[in-house]
Amino acid sequence: MSQPLAVVPTHRDGPLVSLKDVVKHFPTGGGFGRAVVRAVDGVSFDIAHGETLGLVGESGCGKSTLGRVIMQLHPATSGSIKFEDRELTTMRGNELRQARQRMQIIFQDPYASLNPRMTVGDIIAEPLKNFRLGNRREREKKVQQVMKVCGLNPDFANRYPHEFSGGQRQRIGIARALVLTPSLVVCDEPISALDVSIQAQIVNLLEDLQAEFKLTYLFIAHDLSVVRHVSDRVAVMYLGKIVEIATSKDVYDTPLHPYTKVLLSSIPSANAEIEAHRQPILLKGEIPSPINPPSGCRFHTRCPIAQLPICAEVEPPLEMKASGHVAACHFAGKL
Amino acid sequence: MEPGETLGIVGESGSGKSMTALSILNLVPEPGKITGGQILFKNRDVVSMTDGELLEYRGSDVAMIFQDPMTSMNPVLRVGFQIEEAMRAHARFDKQQAKDRVVPLLQRVRIPSPKERARDFPHQFSGGMRQRAMIAMGLSNEPSLLIADEPTTALDVTVQAQILELLKDLNRELKTAIILISHNVAVISSLCERVMVMYAGRVVEEGPTRKVFDHPEHPYTWSLLRSVPRVDERRHERLISIQGMPPDLARLPSGCKFHPRCPFKVERCAREEPPLEEVSPGQDARCWVLMSNVTKEAQALKT
Repeated sequence: MSQPLAVVPTHRDGPLVSLKDVVKHFPTGGGFGRAVVRAVDGVSFDIAHGETLGLVGESGCGKSTLGRVIMQLHPATSGSIKFEDRELTTMRGNELRQARQRMQIIFQDPYASLNPRMTVGDIIAEPLKNFRLGNRREREKKVQQVMKVCGLNPDFANRYPHEFSGGQRQRIGIARALVLTPSLVVCDEPISALDVSIQAQIVNLLEDLQAEFKLTYLFIAHDLSVVRHVSDRVAVMYLGKIVEIATSKDVYDTPLHPYTKVLLSSIPSANAEIEAHRQPILLKGEIPSPINPPSGCRFHTRCPIAQLPICAEVEPPLEMKASGHVAACHFAGKL
Repeated sequence: MEPGETLGIVGESGSGKSMTALSILNLVPEPGKITGGQILFKNRDVVSMTDGELLEYRGSDVAMIFQDPMTSMNPVLRVGFQIEEAMRAHARFDKQQAKDRVVPLLQRVRIPSPKERARDFPHQFSGGMRQRAMIAMGLSNEPSLLIADEPTTALDVTVQAQILELLKDLNRELKTAIILISHNVAVISSLCERVMVMYAGRVVEEGPTRKVFDHPEHPYTWSLLRSVPRVDERRHERLISIQGMPPDLARLPSGCKFHPRCPFKVERCAREEPPLEEVSPGQDARCWVLMSNVTKEAQALKT
């Protein structure tokens, strides 16, 4: 077995993942002058070793696409993605395969992401087989080990996914991601398909695993309260662009971008005191199409504080507004 | 339920909240049926209504909207026509009245340019707009009760906020009573005066929303409130996870249905099922222990 199930130290300085101007366009329709869906349109940020970066935004903002582009499941249209100091976008063949050993993804739907015809043991062992790691006995041992770590009874390795509940299936998905001892795990809405009482189990498991194996998470979710809970830093995305990044505390306590503020004001609270004082800022209209996004600031068509003509003409750069707090807005902090 | 009241039903999948709502409409899917008890609507028993009476009662006295507005609409008929059809199915409005009411109804649920949008097909509407159109359809016969089953679960938070505000306004303006079914305690707390917590087909706690959420007496309610991270969380606390899984309804545990997962259970819980009893004015709970009898130290041990 080439790697034990333990912390694989990465003694490197600098970020684990570094994105620069990452663009992902999907062609749509056919014929001449085909339109493109600008799913991700120039995104730059870093993810430090061992941190959890939360990525939030509404459906269609490009957050899942961005997660998949980082994993190289979709090739980026342009831009640079550095992972462990090596450029991913130009990697091909075996080199890319090797890099993929170090990054894994957990999917939203624990029903659709497990092959119903494979036993749980085979599902978890498959990544090891793909990379030809260990012999059969070693693989079995490792599967048992990782199942235990993820709160699954190793005696159930011979069972099939349909015999498990949603929460347990998500644990299987997590075990499969961890078996290769990755450094980066992209969690794409890992708990939104689960029952409320099960969500906490999975969140706690992800936190425990991070502490134990020094994992770095990109945590993609639309539920802002969960993201606040798990993330060290939070990036807010709107129509293919990052509009704000800051520490979890700063984003929630002193949001600078009006969109972030709108999102936060929209979340109801179970605390009656807070709920009584909450004033939801209601947005006008619908989210514009990513095929033909608005000019200037993409949020200006719905922004409660947009000022013409500047917001419609000049795209605000994502710039440092306070220490460690970046936002892309001409009037940051004014709402 | 009183006229004009807002009641929230909260629980996990399989807790029986949707079945409770469908029972109110006598719409329990086959082979299920209502085997006992009665459902009185304005002193008429829904369970013993004839098919004809039911047809008039459903959609006219009590209307229901569902989680997924796309599957609740006919994709090949114009939105306006479908709303009109909902009124024509009942005797309250004649043909001309029904036609004339469509645009004001769409306006009432804040659909911009309602006259033009009435001629659209459902696929031309966004998710939030479809849910608004469903609410317009539900309100078209001026029902006294609107049941909303997870109306915002499929929607984004900003759209969810719009729909919740709309329901709040409609409850105020039209005095329509609302039953809101949700698994999200915060959504319930933003709209409902009273809340009912369900577990394994039973009401385990009920009372004024504020009281129940501030001072939950049932350990399930207590755990549920602590298992969801709060957006107003001040410092990072570990979430309480409720051990195990919701029970299989075909093989329910003995005694209190929550006892296998309950951190505060006593010996009696496995033997006898507790009754739903008043624990403080207006608040009922189904528990032998009650959280007010658990010391803060014992609570902290379980976090």
